[in-house]
Amino acid sequence: MTPQPPARDAASVAAAHQADADAVHGDVSVDELELQSELSGADASATATPDVAAYALRLGDDALILSQRLGWWISRAPELEEDMALGNIALDLLGHARSLLHYAGTASGKTEDDLAYWRDEHEFRCAWLFQQPNGDFAHTIARGLIAAIWMQELYTALSRSTDASLAAIAAKSVKEVAYHRDHAVQWTLRLAGGTEESRRRLLVALTDTWPYTDELFRDDDLHDRLGDIAPRPSSLRAGFDEIWTAVLAEAEISEADFTNSKIGQSSGGGRHGHHSTHLGPLLAEMQVLARRHPGASW
Amino acid sequence: MDGLDSRASGGRLDQRAREAWRIAAAVTDPEVPVLTIEDLGVLRDVRMEGQTTVVTLTPTYSGCPAIDQMRDDVLLALTVEGFRDVRVDFTLSPAWTTDWMSDAGKAKLEAYGIAPPTHRAGERQGPIPLSLGVKCPRCGSLRTREVSRFGSTACKSHFECLACLEPFDHFKVH
Repeated sequence: MTPQPPARDAASVAAAHQADADAVHGDVSVDELELQSELSGADASATATPDVAAYALRLGDDALILSQRLGWWISRAPELEEDMALGNIALDLLGHARSLLHYAGTASGKTEDDLAYWRDEHEFRCAWLFQQPNGDFAHTIARGLIAAIWMQELYTALSRSTDASLAAIAAKSVKEVAYHRDHAVQWTLRLAGGTEESRRRLLVALTDTWPYTDELFRDDDLHDRLGDIAPRPSSLRAGFDEIWTAVLAEAEISEADFTNSKIGQSSGGGRHGHHSTHLGPLLAEMQVLARRHPGASW
Repeated sequence: MDGLDSRASGGRLDQRAREAWRIAAAVTDPEVPVLTIEDLGVLRDVRMEGQTTVVTLTPTYSGCPAIDQMRDDVLLALTVEGFRDVRVDFTLSPAWTTDWMSDAGKAKLEAYGIAPPTHRAGERQGPIPLSLGVKCPRCGSLRTREVSRFGSTACKSHFECLACLEPFDHFKVH
């Protein structure tokens, strides 16, 4: 229920105005106020431990890099509605990245902008899936499908984290990722059941993208240390496979259509700063403005 | 709202917080100017910490750029009304939902030409979700079609009416 504020009490307001008679309202400048202006978790003053910060950095980088990739499509998508859809998905992901990087930065006194613009390639912790080039529209959909199914499993589990800030960010993000998954599923079905050409291209895209799936589910010593703070990546695999299998069945795609025993799964290495050749150029473009004009704002 | 209902009754601080709530509640969404942040459920709490007025907002969507403008507008509105020491905090928890939108807000949205959220946000489960019909805010027909799940802002999808043929925005159930 929304409270009904009492009728304006003229006496108290007059008193307040009297107290502030020397205030010059015309000079209000919000920019000069010291603000906790960045989006924060459940508790604006929460500080992450080094391990929690390392974990938040990984997820924040995943969201940031995928957001940057998707932004490229604006004005280039096959139809106007897709410009808006991919742009909106990028905006959601950027919001997740801001929350996660802000929280990660609390451990080291860095801002979200410090982390986004002033780290070099080897300091990023994103998985290889998110670095993959946009390719054609089918490649972007294949990458988006794997990413969204994984993120929905991840954030659902992470919303039960014993870390209040991570739980808050995850609970917020999971609702948005549901839309992203919807979008990717609808396009997967449409491309698979469209023309011979659209189906052929989707299968090529799935074949090219699938090898980067496994990296998302690999546990390492950070997860051992985090315990109940974060779900083990391997624990998300069953939920992912269930949705993945259902979507492919609906699209009448079998595993043999997109897997190649000669290729197998990528070794990845993004969680430890070892990246594909695709990340460097992406970062160069993403960071150039901030580095060319340090401290600039608009 | 929890923030006000849980206040100790009486006291000058209580009165001051209510006054601040009234002022902050009048701030509108820059992208949907017919709605106030109270209508939207974005305004979550107003309280006094000593001499500091603390306003808590929650963003609609994580990447919503309007939230920064809302913060600035809340600061300005309160400063102009004589609140000298104002802080705006953000919270992500509990996550914003269209269930918090007031009925008055929904009516204002419809009059403005935006179809309001149609039902309560539920758990979205299963790989292929189902959506309910959306009524055209112009002619009231239910013969409408979703053109794009993603519209002019993060919180809206884009529809067209098959009866009057007008396009319109729909505030997504979230």
